[in-house]
This record gives sequence, C-alpha cells and structure tokens, in this order.
Amino acid sequence: MIQPLPLRARAEHEAAWLPPLLARAEHLAGAVLLGEHGRRRSGLGDDFWQYRPVQPGDSRRWIDHRRSAKSDTQFVKQREWQIAQSVMLWVDNAASMRFASDKTLPEKADRARLLAMSIAILLNRAGERVGLTGTALPPRRGEAQITRIADTLMNEDSDDYGSPDMRGMPSHGRAIFLSDFMGDIAPVQTALTSAADRGVNGVLMQILDPAEEAFPYRGRTIFQSMGGTLAHETLKASDLRDRYLERLAERKAELAQLCALTGWRYHCHHSSDSAQAALLWLYRAIEGGVDA
Amino acid sequence: MTIGPIGFAAPWLLVALALLPILWLILRAVPPAPVRRLFPGVALLIGLKDDDSVTDRTPWWLMLLRMLAVAAVIIGLAGPVLNPEDKNQARGDTPLLIVLDGSWASARDWTAQRDLLGDMLSEAGRESRPVAILRLTSPEALQFQSAEAWRSRLSGLGPDAWEPSPTSLDLAAALLGDDRFETRWFSDGLARDGRKVLLEALQDRGTVSVYESPRATIALTPATLVEGNLQITAIRVTAGGARDIQVAATGRDPSGVPRILAVLPLTFEAGQTEATEMLSLPPELRARLTQFQIVGQDHAGAVTLSDDTLKRREVALIAGREDREGLELLSPLHYLEQALIPTADLLGGGLTDILPANPDAIVLADVATLADGETAQMLEWIQRGGVLLRFAGPRLAASDVSRTEEDALMPVRLRAGGRSVGGAMSWGEPKELAPFSETSPFFGLSIPPDVTVSAQVMAQPDPTLADRVVAQLTDGTPLVTRKRIGQGQVVLFHVTANAEWSTLPLSGLFVQMLERLAVSAATTLPTAEDLAGTTWQPIKTVSADGSLRDAGNLPGVAGERLIDDPLGPELQPGLYEGPERSIARNVISAETTLTSVTWPADVPVTGLIRPAQQPLGGWLLALALIFLSVDVLASLALSGRLLPARAAMILAAVLLLPQEAQAQDDKIRAATSEVVLAHVITGDAQIDDTAQAGLFGLTQTMFFRTSVEPADPVGVNLETDELAVFPMIYWPITPDQPIPSDVAYAKLNSYLRAGGMILFDTRDANVSGFGAASPNGAKLQQLAAPLDIPPLEPMPDDHVLTRTFYLLQDFPGRHSGRNVWVEAAPPDAEQIEGMPFRNLNDGVTPVVIGGNDWMSAWAMDARGNPLFPVGRGFAGERQRELAYRFGVNLVMHVLTGNYKSDQVHVPALLNRLGQ
Repeated sequence: MIQPLPLRARAEHEAAWLPPLLARAEHLAGAVLLGEHGRRRSGLGDDFWQYRPVQPGDSRRWIDHRRSAKSDTQFVKQREWQIAQSVMLWVDNAASMRFASDKTLPEKADRARLLAMSIAILLNRAGERVGLTGTALPPRRGEAQITRIADTLMNEDSDDYGSPDMRGMPSHGRAIFLSDFMGDIAPVQTALTSAADRGVNGVLMQILDPAEEAFPYRGRTIFQSMGGTLAHETLKASDLRDRYLERLAERKAELAQLCALTGWRYHCHHSSDSAQAALLWLYRAIEGGVDA
Repeated sequence: MTIGPIGFAAPWLLVALALLPILWLILRAVPPAPVRRLFPGVALLIGLKDDDSVTDRTPWWLMLLRMLAVAAVIIGLAGPVLNPEDKNQARGDTPLLIVLDGSWASARDWTAQRDLLGDMLSEAGRESRPVAILRLTSPEALQFQSAEAWRSRLSGLGPDAWEPSPTSLDLAAALLGDDRFETRWFSDGLARDGRKVLLEALQDRGTVSVYESPRATIALTPATLVEGNLQITAIRVTAGGARDIQVAATGRDPSGVPRILAVLPLTFEAGQTEATEMLSLPPELRARLTQFQIVGQDHAGAVTLSDDTLKRREVALIAGREDREGLELLSPLHYLEQALIPTADLLGGGLTDILPANPDAIVLADVATLADGETAQMLEWIQRGGVLLRFAGPRLAASDVSRTEEDALMPVRLRAGGRSVGGAMSWGEPKELAPFSETSPFFGLSIPPDVTVSAQVMAQPDPTLADRVVAQLTDGTPLVTRKRIGQGQVVLFHVTANAEWSTLPLSGLFVQMLERLAVSAATTLPTAEDLAGTTWQPIKTVSADGSLRDAGNLPGVAGERLIDDPLGPELQPGLYEGPERSIARNVISAETTLTSVTWPADVPVTGLIRPAQQPLGGWLLALALIFLSVDVLASLALSGRLLPARAAMILAAVLLLPQEAQAQDDKIRAATSEVVLAHVITGDAQIDDTAQAGLFGLTQTMFFRTSVEPADPVGVNLETDELAVFPMIYWPITPDQPIPSDVAYAKLNSYLRAGGMILFDTRDANVSGFGAASPNGAKLQQLAAPLDIPPLEPMPDDHVLTRTFYLLQDFPGRHSGRNVWVEAAPPDAEQIEGMPFRNLNDGVTPVVIGGNDWMSAWAMDARGNPLFPVGRGFAGERQRELAYRFGVNLVMHVLTGNYKSDQVHVPALLNRLGQ
C-alpha cells in the first residue's frame, strides 16, 4: 500500500520535473515550423477552405448564412479536410535508459522524454491525437493531454530493459518507439509485426549513448547492467571492443531490417547529438508516414 | 662487499635482486583489480569470451617503476654505504698508534687532520682498540688509552711552530716499546733526517700507513735588506707549475695599530722552487714593519718576523767645531758620515732639536760641555736605551770636563791635556791597538796593522777603569771606554773622529767597531760567539698557525743558543730582545730548503680528505617510496580514476604551502598601516603572554584616552621580523632568553639609530635595585652590550617623558622602583629662564631601562579586567593608573619626539609676538 504522504512527496518531486520538461519540449517544438497540415481539399477540419454554392443534396444545416446573406445564392462554407491521426508513443522507461557515460551528457531517458514530449506537442498543434501505448493514456487532443503525457513519462521502470507495449494501439494509427533497444529484440519483433498486422506504422528511434557506440573501456572490468541484473566480467575490456561493436551493428541492422519489413522507419540517435536534429527527423518521418 | 665506492653492510640481501624477474612475471600474471562499470550495453556482451586468459597487461613502464621500487628497497635494506671505511686494514684488537709530525707545515692542514683523526678515534672507539698518539715534536712514551680519552684531548694536540728535530725523532724511535701495533702517520710532507729510522722502527711493530696532504707547502724566508730594498724570497717544496702568491708586509701604522702596509706579488716560475722579489718602501715605513706573511697560508713557515736587521738606525752627528769650512777631510764628522751612510739615517742639527726625535745613537765629536738642560735630557735619553758615542779632540782635551769628577756623560775621568806619541815633536812610535779582550764588544775583530794612534786623551786610573775599557793600545792605555747608564751606554773614543789623531777612522775596523756598538745597523745576524753570555728574552712567539702571541713568561734564551740551535719548545720561533737589539728567530731561515719526503713503496700514502662515509640506505628507501607514490598516481591514471580535481588535491597536499611565514608577513604588513606596539618574544610563554596582555592594556588605554589609536600589539622575533615598522618595542628580560644573533643586533642597532625605542624591563625592582646584581640585570647587561646605546642617566625630574601627556614624577609599574634610565642629557643643557625644565636633547631617548614590571601593571584581558594585582586597595589602583600614564607618556614621547620639550621656547615665541 502506498502511503499518501510519500506519494505526495514523490509526486511533488516528479511534478517539479514537468514544467522544465514541458518548457524544454515547447521550446524545442517551437523551433520546428509547422508544415502543410491540411489535406488541400475540403473536408472535416477546423480551417476554412472555401465557400461553394449549395448543391443539391447538401444539408440545409451546412448553409453558411452569413456568407449567403451577402448575395442571392446560398453558400456552403467548406472547411479543409483534416484527418486527426492517432499517434501512440512508447518511451522506454527501463533502467538501461538511465545511463549517461559522462556528466555533460543527458541520460538517454531524458533525451527520449524530451523528444517524445516535443513531438507530442508538435503533433498536438497539428491536430493529431497523441497518446501513450498501454492503457493509461489513450490518444486524445488538447493541452491537458500534453500535461498528462508529461506526467506519465516521468514514471520510471525498474526493469533493466524495456519492451514495447502494444495494448491500446488503434488500428491504422501511427506509433513512435523511443528506446535504446539494447534488451531482447524478440518483444520488439512481436510488437512490430503485430503493429504491421493492425496497419499501424511508425518510427523506431534508437537512442544510444556515445560510450555505447565507442566502447572506450580497457583493462579488467566487470560490466553491470543499470538494474544490476546482468553482469559480465572481462579481463581485457579492450579486446571485447571489436566484437561488441560488431554485435551493436548487428542489432542496428536487425532493427533496420525489421522496420523495412514492417514499413516502419528506423533512426539511431546519439544522446551527444543535437536533440533538434532528431526532432526534425522524427517530425518529418511521422509527417511523411502520414502522407504515405 | 664493495662495488666501486659503495660498500654494503648486508650484501647477502642483494641476492633478493635475483627475484626481480620472477616478481615481474608474477606481477604480470596477477590481473589488476577489476573496475566495476555500469554499462547498458552489457546485454550485447553476454556470451563474449576473452581471447586469452591473460589480463590486460600492466604497461611496461609501470612494471619497471614497480621493479625499481622493489630494487630500491632491496638495495636500501642491504645497507649501502658510500665511501665505506676500508675494512681491509689490520683490525681487531691491535692497538693503534697515531704519529703526528705536528710541525708548522702541518698547521695548514690541521683542521683536516683533526677531523680525520677524530673519525679514526671514534672508529677505534667503536672497535675498542686502544690508541696512543705520538707527537714527534715532543715525543713521550706511548700511552695506549681508550679512544674516548684521546678524543677529549684532541684539540690540545695541535701542531707546534717548530719541526721535530732529528734527536726527537731518534727519541721517538727509542720510546716505541716492544708491543705490536698499527701505525698511522700524519706527515707534514717535508723530508727530514731521522724519518727513515723511525719508519723502520714502526714497521718492525706493525703496518704503517701515511696520511699526507698533497698540497704543496710554501714558506717565506726572512726578508733581507739589499741596497735599501727588502728582498723577499718564498720557497716551495715541489717545483710544480707557475704559481702566484702574495706576501703581505705588516707593520704598525702611526697610531700603533697593526696594518698591512704593503702587498708584494711573487711568482713561482714553472719548475722553480724559489721566488724572489724586491720590495721598495720608504725607510719610515720599512722601519715599522714587524712581519711578513704569505697571504692565505696559515702556518708558521709562511710568517717571518722582522728584527733590527731591517731597521736603519737613526744616528745624530754633532760636532763641536764647525768653523773649518771647506776642509772636508778634516771635518770631525767626515769619516763618521762615510762609515754610517750606507747603513744608517743621519740626523743633523742642534741637540735639543734632535733629542725629541729619539735617535738610536748620538755621536758627539769633540764636544766638551753640554748645557745643564741638555745634559739632563741626554741622560734621560740614554736611560731609555740611547747610545751616546763621543770622540775626543783638541777641545775635549783642553776642557775641564770629567777632570776631577767623572762627568755623567763620560765613561771615565780624563787627565788634562792628553798625550801625543810618535809625532814630529815627540819621542816614540805611534801606538798600535792591542787585541780585544773577550769581554770587549769588539772581540773577534781583526786589527789591521796599519792602524796607529798618535794622540789621545788619557783616562785617569780609577777602580772602575778596567771594567770600562773595551779597547786599548798596546801599551795598555785605554782607547775606547764604555759606561752603561740605564738601558743605554756612553762610549768614548779617546781619539778624534777624523784622521788627525789616529788612522783608525781610515780603516775598515772603524766601521766594524761602529757596527758592534750598534751605532750602525748590523745587516747580518751576529754569530753565536757574539752573543755568548747574553740572555735573550722572547717578546713575541709565532704559533704554528702563523699567528703572533705574547711570549708571556717564557724563560730567556742563552745568546749562544739563540742563533744556531734548532727551534723547539725551549727556543720557540719569535722575536727575542737582547741587550742592544732584537733578533727574530723565524721558522724558515735563509738557508732552509724544503724537500718533500719520499716514502718507501710499501707504505701506503693517502690524502687527508677521506670521503665521508655516507649511508645510502635511507635515500634508497625514500626513493622507493617516491616510486611507489608515482605508481599510485600512474595506476589511478591508467584505470581512469585520476580525475584532474583529485590530482590537484594530491598535488596541493604535497606542496602544502608554509602558512606560518605568510602569517608573519601579514602581521608585519598590518603593522605598516597602523600604530602597533611590539614586544620581544623571549621564548618564555608566560612572559610573552603577559607582555602581549600588557601591551594590549596599554593599547586600550591609549585608544580611550588619547588620539593615538593603536592596533593590537604583536610579538616580534628579533631574528626574523622587520623591526622598522614598530614605534616602540617592549623587551622584558628573562635570565634564560637566547642572545640574539649578530644579524639581529645589526637590525636592532639600525632600528635604534632610525628613531626606534626599546623599553627594557628587568621586572625585578621589587627585589633589587637596577644593576647587574640580579640575574635579570646581568642578563640585561649581556643583551645590551652589543647595542649602540648612548650614555644613560636616571631620568631627571625635568625629562620630557614626565610631561608628554600626563605630568608625572613617578613611573611605577607593578613595582615602584625609582630608577628609570634614559639617554643622558648633553652636558650643555641648561634651564631657560622662567621654564621649569631644561632644553634637553633634541631626540627621543633610544632606550628606557627600568625594572618596574610595567607589563604586569598594564596587562588587561579582552574585557578590560586587570590580570595582575597591583599594590593594595585604592593606593594600588592609583599605582596602576600611574603605570598606564607612564605608558601613555612613553608612547607619546616616541610618537611626538621632543615636541613637548619645545615649550621651552614659549617665552621666546611670546616675546617675538610682542606680548
């Protein structure tokens, strides 16, 4: 049973994170110019598209009387057709994401949250519905949803490696998976195939720390996973480097291939790189995916 | 075991060095401690196997560092010793005999010899070997004693100023006894007879090794007078390369202080053992020379004393008849001048003018009578050692001088008229001289046959006549008579000084006789026969290191031994004074040649500088520690754990800055911007604390009562602190405080001269008056002796200190002694009309000395409570108040100088203002 007071304290503590995260995410999102969102044809949407003369079959309720009163013909105000997509985010919150090889670098989880929030804000502005995979946050629109997402993103999992959760994923929706994909790849495969089955396509963004790419270790070392469940001892870390990099490259190739098979897009982002570039790529990828 | 210059105390430990390669392998095999790293990518690593089971190798240089550290430890523990003492010499319980030449030639190296000797003695002490020391200059029977006993006598074994004579060497050889012993011979490097015999005797009794300085000995032969110049010759033992030396000629300056009057450079040409140079000095300077010394050579051989042989005597010539102008050859003084000019300085003039010049001799040629005053002066001059030489002549013969009564200035009574023999108007042949008797100063001079006497004054027969005759004619009539007066003498030649009455002035004998009478300077040393029967008193002796020493009560030396006997304890080199002259016996005579000793091939000869035995173990262990700490840093760096911050911290810890010096500087710097009172740190914590509290109390009092607002007082260390920033220094005297160094005294003196003031407080006015009676007073005298302190007087009633702020007549502290001493007023200080005080000295007294323990009366804690009781009740508080007032006055006096004293001018100023 969770004691109210600690819970409150933790909530306060966590909530303290939110404004900065939100602010940073807003800031990052503000840097991205919104592109063409409309479908360039009339349809359901918020934005004005055109007035056209009433045609037979138009419901009278559609007549725009303000425009029609200016002339003898009756007009129907058409709005631009806008389709609200459901974009589901999965942000890996497992222990492995809480790694930063250097004090100057953000944790991978931090970068993942930042990107997720930023893209959520952008998508929200674009009128899409954003939610988190799982049952907690089904896709919705609005500022409140952003706050809720930020709130939920602050949850941390104690598992070493996370696996995508496909529950609550609407069919033909979009999905964004942010993780380091260091753990077992089978759940990812399962998730992606089931997503493909449901007509969901999306983006797989692998976030890696530079140290994970470079493996700058030497000498006798015991490597431990962040959660401490896995350990590997070597007498000569420098000898492992090549083989580790090989395996990493394999893992990346596997992910890329998986994406290619399921129609997803794959990108590898390093926490030392600019978050903005990653956000741009992510946005384009989602937008492109929507267009496709 | 010895490797090169390094020996090992525990050489078997070096075997461990063989383990180093094994250690190398082991160290390489043992993996370094694993580093634990959090790494998400570990999932990818699972299942990867290490290629080989060998761990990542420690870098070779780190291994090398560790190996070096271990090697340093091993070698360090093996007890390495640099320049170990040779252990191969005969050891064990063989007694050790140390033979010291102990001559003047050893004096230069005596310090080195003594150090080496001390080492040998302590070594022998460690080995419990009995030691005997044999000094060849004064051989005694061998006494084998413990080394410690000798060590305590070491400083008394210094060299003598003479050389061991052959007889003393023989004596030493005879004194050796029959036991066996090892001999170490400290040689002075000079060859001398008898060495060989002694060496053989020593070798019969054990091994002999010789310790000898390789430095060449240079000596100075006595200076001789050649044609008015001084010829100075230096000799050396071995004819090496060219060498320049300098000879300093020392004499007394006009005020009597010995000074170097001239320095003469000498050059030994390569291959020459002798260097000669002429030193030309004015006779006046030359007469003052007392010694010559080779600069930088501190031994008796490099010193020669000058005696009368270098001095030109001053002779005054006075003739009775000066009327026969133009007839040079008939002048009574002509022949005297000719005889004396080469060796003496001649004076002319009236007797009263000459006597104050104090000539060595005065010649009166045919002068009959002197004025009474002149006679008295003359007598006094003779009493002091003057030589009065009188010649007869017609005037003397005709006068009544010394006719019936013996004249004070005549050796004998004279008959009237004299006699003439062998002349044209007389019978008989001119008389010749009889051989000189043994008691005559002329004894030994050969008499040329052509010396004849044709006229003379005749001596009256007297009981004393026989004693006074020093030369006579063949018929027994006296020709030269002499009388001693005090230290001087009167000599009468019964003939004229020219050739009128005799041919004596024409002969060489005349010159020799003058020399014998010490009228002209004897340029050559007298022979032993000349001096027979006389006793010569040593005045100064030369010690082995070339310094002069008062002879003290050394016994006199018989004249016959003075010249030719070898120098020794009974005849020490130095200056001897005899009846008429002084003679210097120098270590080196004109005939001395220096030859270096050649030792047989089987005698090992070593220098005196034995490289000090230096244990290296500690250094090596320290080196190992350094290696290990470098290893720590390197290991940290290698494993990536040496963060810059950590490295900086370690460095900072290593290079910990000395904080104290900084604090000290701060203290002084603070004192530059404020008025700060200071007290001398005595080393007695209680006194220092009290002084600090006392000055704090005074500071507070000043702060509250006056416009002087001093900062907190400080204690000063006289040795290290700058004093100039303090207006006043309080110096409490304790009997056991250290005497400041010369540097500190120099600082104190410049402080006093620059207007600083020191308040000395003996703090004992309760038990003693001011003076050396108490321990503190004695200490004060000792402390203040080197200080530049003007004459002092007890503080007069009208001293400026009594009115610089408060009007005071008493200066009590915790005690109320009356005497406080300040700089004495100048004698011309006078009271000005209408003012109650004098116009005193224009400066601040540099010292105030008293014993009233002011600091205890002033002492105050931080809250202003007095720390020490003063007196009783209200009177005591009054006394404390007066103590504070004295302190205020004192500081005011220091800060304002004589400003209060200027009030003495007030009447004059008022007058000038027209009031």
